[in-house]
Parts: sequence; C-alpha cells; structure tokens
Amino acid sequence: MDTWIEETLPMVFLAVLDGTVTAFVLALIALGLSLVFGVMRIVNVSHGEFFMLGAVFSWFAYHWTADSVWGFVLALLIAPVIVGFIAVFSERFILRKVEYNPESTIVATIGILYIIQQLTLMGFGPEARPVEAPIYFRVSFPWFGYSGYKLLVAVMSGLCLCGIWLLLKRTKLGLYMRATQQDYEIATTFGVPTKKIYASVFALGGGLAALAGVLVVPIRQADHLMGLEPLLLSFIVVIIGGLGSIRGTIIAAFLIGISDGIISVFYEPTLAKMLATLFVVMILIIKPSGLFGENYQ
Amino acid sequence: MMSKKKDENVDQQSELNLTRRSVLGASAAIAGAGIIGSQLIDPVAKTAYAAGSDEPIRIGFQAHRTGIGALYGRWYERTTNAAAKYINSIGGIAGRPIEIITEDDGTDPKRGADVVEKLATKHNVDFVYGTLFSHVVMGSAPRAGELKIPYFVVSEGYHVASGALNRYVFQPCITDVRSQITAVSNWIFGNLGKNVALIYPDYAFGYDHRDYASAAAAKSGAKITAKIAIPPTASSFTRYFVKIPKNTDVIYHVMVGPGVLTFVREMGEHYGTRHPKLFGFIDSLEGVNINSPGLEFLDGSHFWEAMPRYADGYATSGSNFYRDKVGVDNTGASKSDSKDVSAYSHMFGCWETLFAIKEAVEQSGYKSKKDYKTLIETFEGFAGFNEGIAHPQGSKVFSGKTHQCYGQQFVSQVKNGKFNVVHRTSIADGMYEPETDYTKKSL
Repeated sequence: MDTWIEETLPMVFLAVLDGTVTAFVLALIALGLSLVFGVMRIVNVSHGEFFMLGAVFSWFAYHWTADSVWGFVLALLIAPVIVGFIAVFSERFILRKVEYNPESTIVATIGILYIIQQLTLMGFGPEARPVEAPIYFRVSFPWFGYSGYKLLVAVMSGLCLCGIWLLLKRTKLGLYMRATQQDYEIATTFGVPTKKIYASVFALGGGLAALAGVLVVPIRQADHLMGLEPLLLSFIVVIIGGLGSIRGTIIAAFLIGISDGIISVFYEPTLAKMLATLFVVMILIIKPSGLFGENYQ
Repeated sequence: MMSKKKDENVDQQSELNLTRRSVLGASAAIAGAGIIGSQLIDPVAKTAYAAGSDEPIRIGFQAHRTGIGALYGRWYERTTNAAAKYINSIGGIAGRPIEIITEDDGTDPKRGADVVEKLATKHNVDFVYGTLFSHVVMGSAPRAGELKIPYFVVSEGYHVASGALNRYVFQPCITDVRSQITAVSNWIFGNLGKNVALIYPDYAFGYDHRDYASAAAAKSGAKITAKIAIPPTASSFTRYFVKIPKNTDVIYHVMVGPGVLTFVREMGEHYGTRHPKLFGFIDSLEGVNINSPGLEFLDGSHFWEAMPRYADGYATSGSNFYRDKVGVDNTGASKSDSKDVSAYSHMFGCWETLFAIKEAVEQSGYKSKKDYKTLIETFEGFAGFNEGIAHPQGSKVFSGKTHQCYGQQFVSQVKNGKFNVVHRTSIADGMYEPETDYTKKSL
C-alpha cells in the first residue's frame, strides 16, 4: 500500500494531469480540422503548418517587442488573423481552383504544407526558438511540481472551445456554417453565401490552429517542423471522433490525450502512439464514420 | 595505457599539452594490434609539394540543408567552405585547387543514398564527405560501397567502428559515441555519483548511449537506476521525469532535436530546487544559447563537449586560428550575429576531415579515381594526426582497422551563463579494443 501511494499514485495523477492538458490543446487543433472537413468535405493536410505559423509569428512578436510579454498578447491577437488571411488566400487561389475535389485538395494541401514549411525554413531558420511564457509559476504537488502556465493553457483552450461552440450555435455565421454542412446546394438555394462560408470556415480552421500554436509555443519552442505531430494526432482524433462532428472531436481528444498520458507513464510513449493508431484502424473497420460521425457517402 | 587524470583542472590557457610522444604512446596500442609502419602526420607543416595540375580535386559535400539536421548542416557548410578557402590559400591539395560540390540530403536516409549517387556519377566528384546524422550515414554508406567511392563521414555514430559499414567509409576526425562515453564515464561516476538514470533518444544514436553508458557503469561499480528512451517526436517530457527513481544521484541526459529547451524547463518544474545532479551531452544544446529562457535550471550542471564552445576553454593557437577562420566569436556564436550559435562540438570534424583527405591524397600520390585503392590503403596506414591548424580540436589517434579516430574529450560546467571546462580527458581514456578489421575486407 505504501509503495502504491509513494510510487503509483503520483504516476497516475501526473498521467491524468498531463493527459488533460494535452487533450485541451489537441481538441483546439483538431477542431479546426474537423470544422473544415465537416463543412467543406475536404482533408486539409496543411493544417499542422497553420499551427506552426501561429508559433512562429508568436516568436516574431516576442522578438519585435524586445522579448517582452506584450509580444505574447500581440501574437494572441494578430497571429490567428494573419494565418486566417493566409488560409483564405490559399482557399481562394488553390482549393477553389481545384473545385474542392477530394483527391486534388489532398495533393494541393500537401503542396501548401511544403510551401509554408520551406518558406518558414528560409525566413525563420532551422533552429527551435523559445518564447517566454507571459505568466510563469510552478505549482507544487506533494510529489513533484508542474508548470502553472500549462494549466493556464488548458483553461484558455477550454474557453476557446466554448467560444467556438457559441459561435456555431448562437450566431448567424454559425447557422450558415451548419446549413452549409448539412446540404451545400439547399443552403445555396436558400441564400446562404456558401462560397464566403467556405472561405470563413477555412480561415477559422487555420486561425484556431494558429491560436493553439501561440498558446503552446511557451511550453515548447517554435520550429519549422513542429506542425507534423499535431497534424497526425488531429487526424487520429478527427477519425475516431467522427469526421465533421464537433462533439466527437472533443471527446476523442480527451480519449487520446488521457490514454496517451497513462500509457506513456506506465509503459512506453511509442506504445501509446501504436495503440492510438490501432484504435483508428479498428474504428475504420467497425464504424467508419467514427464514434459520433454522420454517415458520409 | 589507460591512465586516468581524474579531477584534473585544465589550465585554460595551456598550449598543446598533447605532445607527439603522448599520441605515439596511445597509438602504440593500435600498432600493437597490428598496424605497423604507420606514420603521424602534420599536414600544414609541409605545404611544399610539387605543383599539380589545375584540375581541381572535387569533393562532394552531402549536407543536411533541410530536415531535422538543418541547424548542424548550416554550420557544417560554413566550416567546410572556410576550410576549403583556407586550403586553397595555402596551395590546395597536391597543388590542385579544392572544389566543394554541395547537395542537400534533407537529413533523410533515402535521399542521402541518392545524393551519394548524384555526386559520384553526375558531378563526378573524387570523394563524398560531410554526413552527420547516423541514420543518413547508415542509409548512404552502402551506396558509396557499391559505387566504390571513398566516403568520409563526420557523424559520431559507432556505426563505422562497429564494422557495420564497408571499407570505403571513414570517420577520421570525430570520435564516436562509444569512445566519448568511455572517456568521460569515470569522471561522471567519480565526481557526480554512482546511481545514474539515463535519458536518451529512442533511436540508434540513443541506444549507443544507453549500451555504452551501461557497460561503463557495470565496469566501475556504478548503478543504472532507469533507462528512459524518449521518442524523437516528443514535445512534452513531464511524464518521463516521474519514472526517475528517488535514489538517483545523476541524470545523464542526451537529447537531440528542438525539444531540448522544453525538456530542461520541464525538468526544472518537476524537481524545483532539490534535484539530482545533471550530466548532459552538448549535442542537446548545439546551436542553442545557454542563456536562453528556461535553461536556468542547467546552472551548475555538467556537459560533455568535444571542443569547448567558449574560447577560453581550450585556447591553443590552432583552435584560435580555426575559430577565427570559421567566423565564430569567443562565446561560440557567429561573429556577425550573436544569436546564431554554432555547433562547435561537431563542426571541427569537417575542417579536420578535409585536412585528413588532403594528407591522404598527397601521401598516396592520388591523381584520379583509379588510385582509390592506394589512397584507401595509405589512409588505413595512418596512425593519427597531430594537433595544430589542421586539427584544432586536438591530436587524433587513428585506427586503420576500424576507420575511426580517437581523441580527447572535455567536461564543462555551466556557470555564470557560460560553459567552463573543468576536465580534459587523455586520448587513451576513450580507447577501446577494435571490433572489426576493414583492411581485411575487399575493395
């Protein structure tokens, strides 16, 4: 019993705590991907790069404000907007040109991924660059300490998720988005500006990823390759939760985040990734639409 | 032979304590193991060779311009260009100018093999050189063997000396991980503690650390309390620290990749002020300013360095000359941008390898590709290289059997926002019995 309290309990506690923080951030990133799929029916492979751009802009803002915390505030306000514009630009001049054809958009967004990544490498450089957290404090638990800022990131991600939910359920834009998601043609007939909605959704997806990038950059660093891991995890989350289902995305993010924490702590992190991937395969075989997804043909 | 200089404080202004005699002493072990008639070489001293043709010696540089190795690649490229420029200014190689042809391998093994092929066939280079990341070396070396072109790597991996590659592959001027660990492990166990938790990346380079640190611990009565492999894609590390047992005296950490600042900060958050001692490999912090926010936790901790980043750590005339030529200031950053920190414990290998190639070409009378056999045999006959402008990191003992060199290592402590050298090993500290003999393999 003593060894359980001394050794196992702190590990369980940490696994759940760390997993929850991961889950909140993951939900925020995956939500953008899920929205884009749900409304536009396209798979955006460059989604991770929007996350990376958020982090990189955050570094620039931090740098321009002479390494002050105002840089973080500036980035929080500006980065999602800039990335949103980049998303609108690529939607207007690339995705619209290929008429949102599923195969073509995959190839096109892979192209966008490489363009963004290589431009960042040229302009920002290959190294990882740190950004200081706006608020820094250590939360002491009986067995170990934990980053206070990380807990703050979880809270802020949670607030953003609530904001998106309100946007979708309580605003006209949200209504249009849901209408477009349900039936593009009927929505168009009823006067929903579907083309503008597509652009807005793509911008919102990119902006959310960028916002997550800004929030996360003080707990890791900005580097030009950081978009890959969240992209893969987002795909896992979105497939498990059900493509296009907001509720599914959030539940799956918690499922993946917390199980990743527990398996990593008690076994191996590689095993956690393997099991997550296996879970995706099982879902695709047993319930291809995901846990909460609609049936798409 | 394996004399130890424990607790030796390095006289930081000392000039070249490694004499020709001590290198010869170390090389005697190898000579005893079968290499006879080998020579020690001091290339810059003898620049008076017969004028050669105007046809350049073409060296294909396999560079990590993009991918995870891009930071190292940038500095490898700067060092290579600086060395080539200097070699040309002193008369080139055997009177022929040196020409560097650079190709990006994307730090990718598959592309690495393609680059070797492109350099050898399309660019028609004399030699291929410069690769760092071990998986790229592993991917590219077989192609170099098939094309029968000498392939000089600057990689640190144990793969060359292990015998896993072929007779065309050499690592003449940077020591391998096994040797580095062998050299500094006694210092770690003797000065920091005997209960050691290992944290290393979850791939071949990390396994070398795990295996040879465990072997060294077993030999000196130290105990490994935990072996924690971290996937290279990890971006959060908190969950790993909880696995470190309470009785751990020392955390031995080697991390490569962009996660290192997070790694350190999270370790600080986890432990607070009471924590085990830390010993790290500088690979984690190459290109990273030690005064970056979040690295405060490393204050007082120790690091292995191959070549001290701060100029006062090893201020010999050769190393000062080299530092100036590659454009690095006294703190290890670019002279033109103090935020651009170098990969100082690795990039010297590029400078030195080009001089080793120069020496092999001149000694063997290499003229064209048909002379590869003589060149390789000449190289295998080398016993080492003397410290100086050509080998600023220090003298090297070279083993023709393993195609791998041995050299001195440094232990530095982080204090007052800089690295301070506290111990320098002898070459002999890092030597081990050869496990292969490339000279017996066919060409």
